[in-house]
Amino acid sequence: MATIEPFQTSRRGLLKCIAYGGATVFGLSSGVLTPIDLAQAATRKTSSGAVAPLFVQISDTHIGFNKDANPDVVGSLTRTIDLVNALPEQPGFILHTGDITHLSKADEFDTAAQLLSTLRATELHTTPGEHDVADASVSEYFKRFGAASQNRGYYSFDHGGVHFVSLINVLNFKQNGLGALGHDQLEWLEADLKSRSASTPIVVFAHMPMWTIYEPWGWGTADSDQATSYLRRFGSVTVLNGHIHQIVQKVEGNITFHTARSTAYPQPAGGVVPGPGPLKVPGDELPKLLGISSVTLKTHPSALALTDRTLV
Amino acid sequence: MNDTTKKSRVPAFATLALLVFFNVGATATDRSPDAEPTTVYIKDFMFTPMTLTVPVGTTVTWQNLDEEPHTIRSVDEQVKTGALDQNERYSFRFDQPGTYKYVCSIHPSMVGTIVVKGG
Repeated sequence: MATIEPFQTSRRGLLKCIAYGGATVFGLSSGVLTPIDLAQAATRKTSSGAVAPLFVQISDTHIGFNKDANPDVVGSLTRTIDLVNALPEQPGFILHTGDITHLSKADEFDTAAQLLSTLRATELHTTPGEHDVADASVSEYFKRFGAASQNRGYYSFDHGGVHFVSLINVLNFKQNGLGALGHDQLEWLEADLKSRSASTPIVVFAHMPMWTIYEPWGWGTADSDQATSYLRRFGSVTVLNGHIHQIVQKVEGNITFHTARSTAYPQPAGGVVPGPGPLKVPGDELPKLLGISSVTLKTHPSALALTDRTLV
Repeated sequence: MNDTTKKSRVPAFATLALLVFFNVGATATDRSPDAEPTTVYIKDFMFTPMTLTVPVGTTVTWQNLDEEPHTIRSVDEQVKTGALDQNERYSFRFDQPGTYKYVCSIHPSMVGTIVVKGG
C-alpha cells in the first residue's frame, strides 16, 4: 500500500487551480500500475508526439454537496473538465467511478450530466456509488446510465486492446458495511474473463475499494477475493475505485489496486475520526487533495502507465 | 398489514421536502405530551438510541444531524427513505407490533432497531 503525495506547485499555480477536481492518469509497467503526474504526461513527447491517455478516471464528484468542505462542487468539476479538455491528446474515454451525485436527486444527475457533456472526449463509462443509488426507488441512476448494463450495473467492453470490466458493489451491502458483488455478478465475471487470453491487459473498475482498506468504515468489498481469484492468471490487471476520496494503492502479483481522489472533497484516513465524512481543510489546501487519474497504454515497452493529478 | 402501514406513510411519489414537512406535522399531532421519546437522532454515523421501544401506533421520527446524508431502510423494506441530508427528518407510524431492524444503505455498518410493543 502506498500513498502518492500531491506534487508541489507554485502559489500562483495553486490559486489558478484552486477549485479543480480530481483525476488520475495511469500507466502499467510490466503489469504494475505506476502513478505519473498528469501535467508531466501531458507534456511528455514520444516519437509519435504527445501521449494520448487510454482513458481518464474522474470520481466522487458529489454534485449536490454544499457543505463547508467544498461549497462549490460544480466549480470543482468544471475545472476538472477544463483540465481534461486541455490535454494535448484527448483520452479514448472518460471513466466515472461513482458518487456522481450526493443525494441521488434527479436535478443533481441532470447537473452532472450537463457538465460531463462538455468533455471533449465524448465516450463516458460509469459505475454507481452508494450516493447514486440512495433514492428509495433506486431508479435515478439506472434511468440515465443503466442502458450499458441492461440495468444490471455490471458490463464489459474492449478499447485499445484492453478489456474493461465495470462492476457494481454498492447494492446489497453486507451487515458489516462492506460492499458486495453478489453471486450473479461473480458468475458473470468468471464467464466474461474465461475466454480472454492471459496476455490481454485487464482494467476492472467499481466504486468501493476491491480490497479491504478499513473495515469499520466499510472500505472494502466482502466478496472481492473471489473476483480477484478470476483475475490472477492475467499478466496485467488494474483495479480502479473511488469512494474513499484519497489515493491508496496496493500491488499484489500482477494486480494493481488504486483508489482515486474525489473532485469534490477529501476524506480522512480510515479511523482517525468517528466516521468517513467530508474533511474540512483550509481553502488553499483543498485543491492539493482533489484530483483525477489517467491511464496511458504504451507500446515500447508494452505497458500501461497511471498518473494521478491534483488540481494544483 | 402492508395496507394498514402504507396508509400512514407519505406517498412514495411525494418529494422528500414535502414528505418531511408532512411528517413533522403528523408527529406533533400523534404524540401525547407525556409520551416517551420517539425521535432517533443520527449523529457521528450512529442511530441514537440504537434501540427504541415504543407502543404500537407510535410515529417515530429520524433526524439526521450529520453533514453526511443517511437513509433509513428496514430489513422488511416497510421503512425505505431516500437520502436525508443534514437536519432533514423522516417519520413513520408503526401500526403493527414487532421488531424492526434497519440500516443506513449508504453506510450499512450503521444499524438500529425499533421495537413496537403490542397494544
